[in-house]
Amino acid sequence: MAIDRAQVRHVARLARLALSEDEEERFAAQLGHVLEYVERLQGVDVAGVEPLAFAGDAAAGLPLREDTPRPSLPRDKVLAQAPEADGQAFRVPRIIE
Amino acid sequence: MNADLLPLSGVSDALASGAVSAEALLDASLARIRALDGSLHAFLRLTEGEARAAAKASAQRRANGKGLGPLDGVPVALKDIFCMEGVETTAGSKILRGYVPPYDATVVRKLKQAGAVIVGKLNMDEFAMGSSTENSAFGPTRNPWDLARTPGGSSGGSAAAVAARMVPGTLGTDTGGSIRQPAALVGCVGMKPTYGRVSRFGVIAFASSLDQVGPFAQDVKGVAWLLAAIAGHDPDDQTSSPRPVPDYAARLDGGVRGLRIGVPREYFGEGLAPEVEKAVRLGMEKLRGQGCELREISLPNSPHAIATYYLVATAEASSNLARYDGVRYGHRAGANQLLEMYEKTRAEGFGAEVKRRIMLGTYALSAGYYDAYYLRAQKVRALIRRDFDRAFSSVDAVVSPTSPTTAFKLGEKLDDPLAMYLNDVYTVPANLAGLPGISVPCGFDGRGLPIGLQLIGKPFDEETLLRIARAAEPDEHRLPPLVEG
Repeated sequence: MAIDRAQVRHVARLARLALSEDEEERFAAQLGHVLEYVERLQGVDVAGVEPLAFAGDAAAGLPLREDTPRPSLPRDKVLAQAPEADGQAFRVPRIIE
Repeated sequence: MNADLLPLSGVSDALASGAVSAEALLDASLARIRALDGSLHAFLRLTEGEARAAAKASAQRRANGKGLGPLDGVPVALKDIFCMEGVETTAGSKILRGYVPPYDATVVRKLKQAGAVIVGKLNMDEFAMGSSTENSAFGPTRNPWDLARTPGGSSGGSAAAVAARMVPGTLGTDTGGSIRQPAALVGCVGMKPTYGRVSRFGVIAFASSLDQVGPFAQDVKGVAWLLAAIAGHDPDDQTSSPRPVPDYAARLDGGVRGLRIGVPREYFGEGLAPEVEKAVRLGMEKLRGQGCELREISLPNSPHAIATYYLVATAEASSNLARYDGVRYGHRAGANQLLEMYEKTRAEGFGAEVKRRIMLGTYALSAGYYDAYYLRAQKVRALIRRDFDRAFSSVDAVVSPTSPTTAFKLGEKLDDPLAMYLNDVYTVPANLAGLPGISVPCGFDGRGLPIGLQLIGKPFDEETLLRIARAAEPDEHRLPPLVEG
């Protein structure tokens, strides 16, 4: 299945990825190649098959734990990893003009 | 032979008998890493300070007769995907360069509690996306058997470090074969446990419905000990199973007489290198010689596994990797506006393969394509699981090659993503079905490159799988030429 540069740009915007012209061109070709390969799934008979999203312990299911409050990581340790923080919160570039 | 050249169980026995101390073992491990890592690049960083303190504490415990068990004092190393408090953790990506986690992954905490001595963090394909470790932002790892070749991936550093006897045991992760394939390509044992057997808390996520943590060692017994140490329920990982953890090593030598092992015809067809097939079939004969019954079976949906995997895994990855936005940790690009900051941060921080997979996953989940790609892939995934359920009504395990070829050359498949993906043809079905799998060495090709045999088991039946692997493993452990005995 072919995929054009405009589609690549659209998907890149959804994925929050700035692509160079070079990358747009390369990804259009490579994604087209992979999509052509996965096209084979269209021929599989999946009528009446339930999708499988969880291949874990079916007997145990996904039990929820008790909703018990407990301490989170200390704020200073978390903010220490931030590219920019003001001691209380993460800082980001301006959102509203 | 020096104790540090022994497989993990031999190292552990030497510690228990007092033939060697944890500190001497650590010295030997660090010396070998320093001698060989310039050529191999298995390690991204050492944790020498922490390791020395841990070895000293272990030696004291053993001297006081208070050893913590078989791993107490054993040098180990971690794929750089496991968070370790106070130690830089990058997942092989520039976007996480300089990230120092404020907590330990559950498996790291458990290894420390078992007395293991963590000597460093190991190279990997960026965010575990790859089959050759060439997608690491920090340069590729090389195969100890031939430095022009890849050790496989994504846990290539974990495999190469064990094969080169830098450490007797390591941890990796396996989303589509990232433990089993490199284990095969370097000639060691590597196991992906059942989905839910080991906690992923503190493990950097790639595709959450497939990711599983597992061990590498030169011997099956070593793998059994490492698995016993890391397995079990964790309230911090909702998918981890509450089932009790058996003593995997206890019944390892119980033999395989009477076990039925399925030979799926779809795994022995086109694309399988003749030398690999020959060695795997010899391994199967070795099992038959010990009383196993080999039965031909069919897993008819196997040919759809790679396509299914690359839709499910990339869709989940595109969602998991949305967190790298330059706000809370890792790299941030300079920009005046928020959207521009996100887009530039991710453009600068991610490598080509990661971008490619984020794009594919985003596309597969986007409006208008979801039903045709992601939803359909999940339905085919159900069929693949059903194939195994059916097979396991008449066999106890399944045997196959781990990888269709031996180690390929660096750069050989880098420009052809699809050819690289096809490396995983025999390993991805176990991830899609959530089943345990293990790769055991079963011989060498004409170039002297190792070959691996894969066993796939029933859910949570790691015990049987390890017992069969024990019966299949070689009696002798050949050293790669660059390791001097």
